[in-house]
Amino acid sequence: MADDENPPIDENRRDFILNTTTSVVAGAGIATACWPFISSMNPSSDVLSKATSEASLKGIEPGEMKTVPWQGKPVFILHRTKKQITSMETSDGGKDPQADAERVQNPDWLVLVGICTHLGCVPARKKEGWFCPCHGSVYDNSGRVLTGPAPRNLELPPYEFVSSEKIIIGKTEKPPIKS
Amino acid sequence: MKHVIGWIDRRFPLTAFVKHELTEYPTPRNLSFWWNFGSLAGIVLVIQIITGIFLAMHYKPDASLAFDSVEHIMREVNYGWLIRFMHSTGASAFFAMIFIHMARTLYYGSYRAPRELMWWTGQVLLLLLMATAFMGYLLPWGQMSYWGAQVITSLFGAVPFLGDEMVIWLRGDFTVGNATLTRFFALHYLLPFIIVAAVIIHLVALHAVRSSNPSGINLKDKNNIPFHPYFTVKDLFGISVFFTVYSYFVFFNPNLLIEADNYIPANPMQTPAHIVPEWYFLPFYAILRAVPDLVGGVIAMALSVMIFAAMPYLDRSKIPGGARYRPIFRIMFYLFMLDILVLGYVGAHPPEGFLVPLGQIATFFYFAAFAFLRFFSKWEDKWLFNRGLPAEVQAMLSSEQAQKTDRRHHKKDRRETPGDNHND
Repeated sequence: MADDENPPIDENRRDFILNTTTSVVAGAGIATACWPFISSMNPSSDVLSKATSEASLKGIEPGEMKTVPWQGKPVFILHRTKKQITSMETSDGGKDPQADAERVQNPDWLVLVGICTHLGCVPARKKEGWFCPCHGSVYDNSGRVLTGPAPRNLELPPYEFVSSEKIIIGKTEKPPIKS
Repeated sequence: MKHVIGWIDRRFPLTAFVKHELTEYPTPRNLSFWWNFGSLAGIVLVIQIITGIFLAMHYKPDASLAFDSVEHIMREVNYGWLIRFMHSTGASAFFAMIFIHMARTLYYGSYRAPRELMWWTGQVLLLLLMATAFMGYLLPWGQMSYWGAQVITSLFGAVPFLGDEMVIWLRGDFTVGNATLTRFFALHYLLPFIIVAAVIIHLVALHAVRSSNPSGINLKDKNNIPFHPYFTVKDLFGISVFFTVYSYFVFFNPNLLIEADNYIPANPMQTPAHIVPEWYFLPFYAILRAVPDLVGGVIAMALSVMIFAAMPYLDRSKIPGGARYRPIFRIMFYLFMLDILVLGYVGAHPPEGFLVPLGQIATFFYFAAFAFLRFFSKWEDKWLFNRGLPAEVQAMLSSEQAQKTDRRHHKKDRRETPGDNHND
């Protein structure tokens, strides 16, 4: 094609293409360059490696509770009495109804992440369950929220019984056992 | 000396700048002492930056060392106790000055046109101050530090979809941990300098629109006096009074506003039986607790801070200024202050018994004050106009009208641009 047959140059069109490509490419570059910095704020590998904890159930008498750390979070292990089990099995909780059987592998042992689902405080042990000192959420002996601002029941960590007196908290190779 | 200044002036507008912005800067002659609190907040900012830099020379931002390094500052560093108490008292003083500064702005309607940008840059400054204070409070790594950070970072869990990931990202850990402490320290050192930049913007805006004054209208030139010496002296007087009160807290009662529980090292396994934020967050904390729902509570709390930005739109009274010539606005202002005190009381105590409904009622009135301001103002305008305005207000209104038309003529002459936004 001869040069003089070319259509006249549309300056507006050229500007548009030039500006768009420049800003899109530059924008993508800036966004990509931001990623390492944003990602650096996520948990580092040493933090992630605290994934599982072992806990011994030895010496926790019925009615007693033990707190063990898992991923830096407190995990409550409650040895429930027969009375507590029966009263929990007959109710469905409160704001976030769930059967007690769905929350335990062995009804004697209740294993919970001890962090209030409202704003992350550690609820204090009371006879009837737990009470969060920060904003007054109340949980029963199945870790189900009864009243207060907490939206959900206390979280259940993945765990499994390695023997009748020991559990491993956290995701292991095998999926957690469902009772 | 003259030679040196002359040499500089030929290269940099030093004398002109000082003259224009300081010595000859026109300032309304009727300013009361309520106009002192801006400069006082500036002084506290300087105290905080200086003491903070010296504290950072001895502080160790590491979860296993932080608590002990603060005690090291208190016991072993020469005058460490003084520098630390100046810094911790300064944080409270900063909020006290800012709250009074804001209350003055609300009372006298200083946020109204043409000072909306003053108010909004001030709002940004308030948010920056809150963020800086919150991050600084984690650094001593005591129980209150730890659980305060735990609760506030958890607030971001209310963000839809990304909430949980965002909380972990903010903390750099599954709970508040070492990663959280080091990043809070980095940001706590950075933010004050951003605050300085924002203060400069606030002052540039101030010098464009000039100070408001108790009357609520822009004064004519003859009612303005040069900033120096009249207001340099007045500000210095305010500063000396401030330092007297500040020194009382630093030297005689430095622990008054520090929760005793913060002298217990952070323990991620146990929340203190009763956690409370610092006094300056109590009303907002009470609003958070008043809503029995996580997302709702977070929205209400965020709104309780941000809603001030809407004031220039919510207040459309035809009477100039704030409470001075508007009795109903004045009553609303005092009730609002009372409501904030009630919220503060509720926030400071465990959520039990009558405090729960009291907090909810106070939260309702807090937002109602903003929601109904326009209707009350309209009714008040009508009532005041029907009753007949006091002569001085009438005079102010007509002189303001005259100034406006005057300005509009000038504008038209200069640029031939129609329209003038000063009408609303």
